[in-house]
Amino acid sequence: MAANVSKCRVCREPAIIDLPRHNANFCAEHLLQLCRRQVDKAISDHAMLSPDDRILVAVSGGKDSLAVWDILLDLGYRADGLYIGLGIGDYSDDSGGYAQRFADERGLVLRTIDLRGEYGYDVPTAAKVTKRVPCSACGMSKRHLFDTAARDGGYDVVVTGHNLDDEAAVLFGNTLRWDIDYLARQMPVLPARDGFPRKVKPLVRLTEREMAAWCIVRGIDYQVEECPMAVGNKHLAYKDALNTIERESPGSKAAFYLNFVEKMAPVLAGHNRAAAGDLVACTRCGSPTLAPDSGEAPVCAFCRLHDKVIGHDPVPVELVLRGAARKAYLAARAAEGSER
Amino acid sequence: MQVRLRQPKREVTIDGARTVNQLLDELGMNRESFLVIRNGTLVPGDGRLDDTDAIEIRPVISGG
Repeated sequence: MAANVSKCRVCREPAIIDLPRHNANFCAEHLLQLCRRQVDKAISDHAMLSPDDRILVAVSGGKDSLAVWDILLDLGYRADGLYIGLGIGDYSDDSGGYAQRFADERGLVLRTIDLRGEYGYDVPTAAKVTKRVPCSACGMSKRHLFDTAARDGGYDVVVTGHNLDDEAAVLFGNTLRWDIDYLARQMPVLPARDGFPRKVKPLVRLTEREMAAWCIVRGIDYQVEECPMAVGNKHLAYKDALNTIERESPGSKAAFYLNFVEKMAPVLAGHNRAAAGDLVACTRCGSPTLAPDSGEAPVCAFCRLHDKVIGHDPVPVELVLRGAARKAYLAARAAEGSER
Repeated sequence: MQVRLRQPKREVTIDGARTVNQLLDELGMNRESFLVIRNGTLVPGDGRLDDTDAIEIRPVISGG
């Protein structure tokens, strides 16, 4: 076997990864150093965390959430995890297994919520009943449950594994629509407010490729397969478009997002309608929610969704998927079957 | 070489040594969206892959 040609920029030992946006190659040790430093810088630049914070990490079993949990512990923070079983067939079962094994092997606290067991519905059923894209019901349910768990558990802050690619893709979509309200709230830190915990994204300076590399170097086993409900969604299309640009012009994603945060976000401050609106307690669950315009009793989005979907029989994943997503899901199931 | 692919999981055989970047280009895969792993270790873009290697091409993009 021929030896690798490239050398680590720091120590000149054989490199394991090339990072064109840094115009450099890195060995395992110095890749980890780079990742730690980028997370440390994000935390410091945006005052995300303090050493005494009780941190709750939103854990999916994928590379980003396990990596951010691992890095925070590595940097000396105290952090527990919360995994939500979303009921997306085998994908959810497998994802929960990755999260639990990561916690067990390190003696960490992983709290778990089973959406169907504890709330009587799952994401495929919610998507079918509401006739909306699955990611809508999924994201809304997760935000509510993470907020509630943090509040009830006495946590100061919720950490999510959103990385540079995630944030750049969301920014790209919001910019295509010039959605000023969403642009104004797309920051690495969402401050605590009236019952909502602080939410922070320590991975905003690191790409998905770097996070996957962190996990491989650190021996973290994670869910590699894509969520079947997400296949073919716009978010993935935006990421694909940005990576096409990134390949031709390394550093574009970081410049696009990080310069937005530095230069454009201050211009948009004050345009976030959600931050400006009055919050009141949901009459069902007590969670904070925007006060309704009319005089009706305030009910939060989670409770409204719950009202719609409760009592419906579970809907199998394949009945919710359409087109390319359905085809990909069935192909994956067939491949799994031939392996067993 | 034996190449393990994901989404969906499958294996293909590719003849002849080449670099990681050459392999990804031939398969139409963007280098920004994949990592190549050999024996549990990452291989950089100019790393040489031999005919006898067993490798995994792992996608790194997730849509959730």
